[in-house]
Amino acid sequence: MKWIKIEKEDFPRGLKALAETYQCLGPVKGEKYHDFKVLDENRPPDFDFLNTPLSPKFLVEPQSEILFEYTLDEKKEDAHILKEAQKDLPPRLVVGIRPCDAAAFLLVKRNFDTEKYKDPYWVRAYEALTLFGLACQTPCAACFCTTAGGGPFDEAGLDALMVDAGDHFLVKILTEKGEAACNTAGWENVVEEKAALDAAALLKETAESKIASTVETDNLKQQSTTALYDAPFWEEVSFSCINCGTCTYVCPTCWCFDIQDECYGCSGVRMRNWDSCMYPLFTLHGSGHNPRGTKLHRVRQRFMHKLKYYVDKYDDGIQCVGCGRCVVSCPVNIDIRRVCNLMNALPDPSTVCPV
Amino acid sequence: MIDYTQKIREIAARLLKEGTVDMVIGFRKGTVPMMNEPCFIRKPEEADRLVWDSHCGINLANYLYDRKEKIGVVAKGCDSRNIVTHIVENKIKREQVHVIGVPCTGMADKRRIGALSEKDGEIREVSEKEGRITVKGDSFTKTFEKKEVLQDNCTTCLHRNPVIHDEMIAEPVEEQTGIDPFEDVKRIEALSPEEKRAYFQGLVADCIRCYACRNACPLCYCPTCFVDESRPQWVGKSIDPTDTMTFHFLRAYHCAGRCTDCGACERACPVGIRVRQFTKKLNKDCVELFDWEAGLTLDERPPLDTYRPQDPNDFIK
Ligand code: SF4
Ligand code: SF4
Ligand code: SF4
Repeated sequence: MKWIKIEKEDFPRGLKALAETYQCLGPVKGEKYHDFKVLDENRPPDFDFLNTPLSPKFLVEPQSEILFEYTLDEKKEDAHILKEAQKDLPPRLVVGIRPCDAAAFLLVKRNFDTEKYKDPYWVRAYEALTLFGLACQTPCAACFCTTAGGGPFDEAGLDALMVDAGDHFLVKILTEKGEAACNTAGWENVVEEKAALDAAALLKETAESKIASTVETDNLKQQSTTALYDAPFWEEVSFSCINCGTCTYVCPTCWCFDIQDECYGCSGVRMRNWDSCMYPLFTLHGSGHNPRGTKLHRVRQRFMHKLKYYVDKYDDGIQCVGCGRCVVSCPVNIDIRRVCNLMNALPDPSTVCPV
Repeated sequence: MIDYTQKIREIAARLLKEGTVDMVIGFRKGTVPMMNEPCFIRKPEEADRLVWDSHCGINLANYLYDRKEKIGVVAKGCDSRNIVTHIVENKIKREQVHVIGVPCTGMADKRRIGALSEKDGEIREVSEKEGRITVKGDSFTKTFEKKEVLQDNCTTCLHRNPVIHDEMIAEPVEEQTGIDPFEDVKRIEALSPEEKRAYFQGLVADCIRCYACRNACPLCYCPTCFVDESRPQWVGKSIDPTDTMTFHFLRAYHCAGRCTDCGACERACPVGIRVRQFTKKLNKDCVELFDWEAGLTLDERPPLDTYRPQDPNDFIK
């Protein structure tokens, strides 16, 4: 595996070269928080951040995305034809994405890019990305990635991993895409692998030791789905929830959307918008019946999906990368770590005396 | 605050034991610093779950309605005003709630404290003592005077003591005097129409339309909110700026004369939008036009859902 070294003072020069081929994005400090934005000379990336409160999933699945357009104006040639909206999708380079967020794309991919079904919008946007991850050297208090299948230096889903080593970045090139971007940037200062590995390993160990919170997931697969569904704790767990959907909007692995048509005069669009299992409307039938009519149903669904149905379906861990965003952003402090541990520890009903 | 916690636990245990109430709604200690979680208890022995400190800013009136139980609820000044509003609006009967009144000295603004410590690192622990809040991170400790890090609405609160209660956990606190709650509104009123437009556009520019502000508000209890209606669809569902602005203005108008400025909306917003800037203007109008502050009396309906022949507007006659 190839390691290179990028002097921090050389970074802007490299980005400038990259901008000729790629649309470059990175964490930028706004008035209130950091967010992924298109970079330019006046808007350099700021790597002094914990993580962005909003996940970068919007790079692939924007909150609102126009899919089709039409016009009824018969003076126009294409009147009455529903046409796919044309989109400009240049190759995009994302610098400074956290390992958890890159790994999250892989979880979502399971649903949007399969043998049988491909979501063309998602696939195109995802394939246009080159991801230069930034290892987490000061993980947040609410992060639990190491027990959610990842880690602060995890490489899954990344094209290159950058490690902050003081005045320079040590960069592990992981894919051809990563290599190509480095060549374009002129980042070619190859360093000896052993030395780089040793330096990175030390930083990695320190970072991992700083992750203070964990989830227990070993039992989830064995747990009976119906026992979990009927578990006694849901009333208590869901009580404080206000069904605001914030948890699902900030989550890098929540993928649900809703299709809407909007018309303006005699033209219009079909779009998709983020949706959330926390909203009553999400499951409301045309008949007026709502199979998830109470907040208990909805809160249970969110956790059952992430921590049981997904686990059973893909047999590769939970649908959560442990970024901690929902923990921090939930206005009433519903904490997935607590719920996960409750679900994992639910006693097997066959061993519990029914009286 | 320890005394407050102790007193709340004693009262909750007693009420449950005597059978005065079936459940008590209060706060339990949160899992992240500066957050407590609304919770309920049904048994006297669960009373030691309940806590009280400066991080109980969520409005518990939001958890009372559409329930069958007789409920004991821990209520600070603003919560009690929203309970009054619920009673007046027939969301809950006075007899169904037993109000455990908490004289409030204001809630801490976790965003402000976070911003003031941003350079030092992430806050991992928080404690408070004698009007001071201390936060700790990996390599720092910082102490703030609580009055300097209050939630914005608490700095202008004129009703810290519960307006109704069945029992109080402590003697009333002194109410704040000599403050103008509408200073910020006046500044906006002085702007030109273009400036106002720009101000409000800037205010909601980051809105992600999650509706946490709406859902955190005890007033927003419509079975289907106008933004969720699809037959007819009043407002678009994308993040189109006009639709977003429509949501914010209409939400505020639906709260006119009912808003107690409890700050739950602002506290809940994941991207820190100052949504009270909308509702406060209407609160000010209610004071000026109708001499009205929401939730102070059980005997009167809010001004916008009543009619009196002596109403000042000529067009009503
Ligand atoms: S963020 Fe919290 S309150 Fe909002 S829907 Fe999610 S769990 Fe419920
Ligand atoms: S469920 Fe919460 S912690 Fe897990 S990936 Fe989503 S936002 Fe992050
Ligand atoms: S809570 Fe904040 S982001 Fe969500 S709808 Fe309200 S103002 Fe917008």
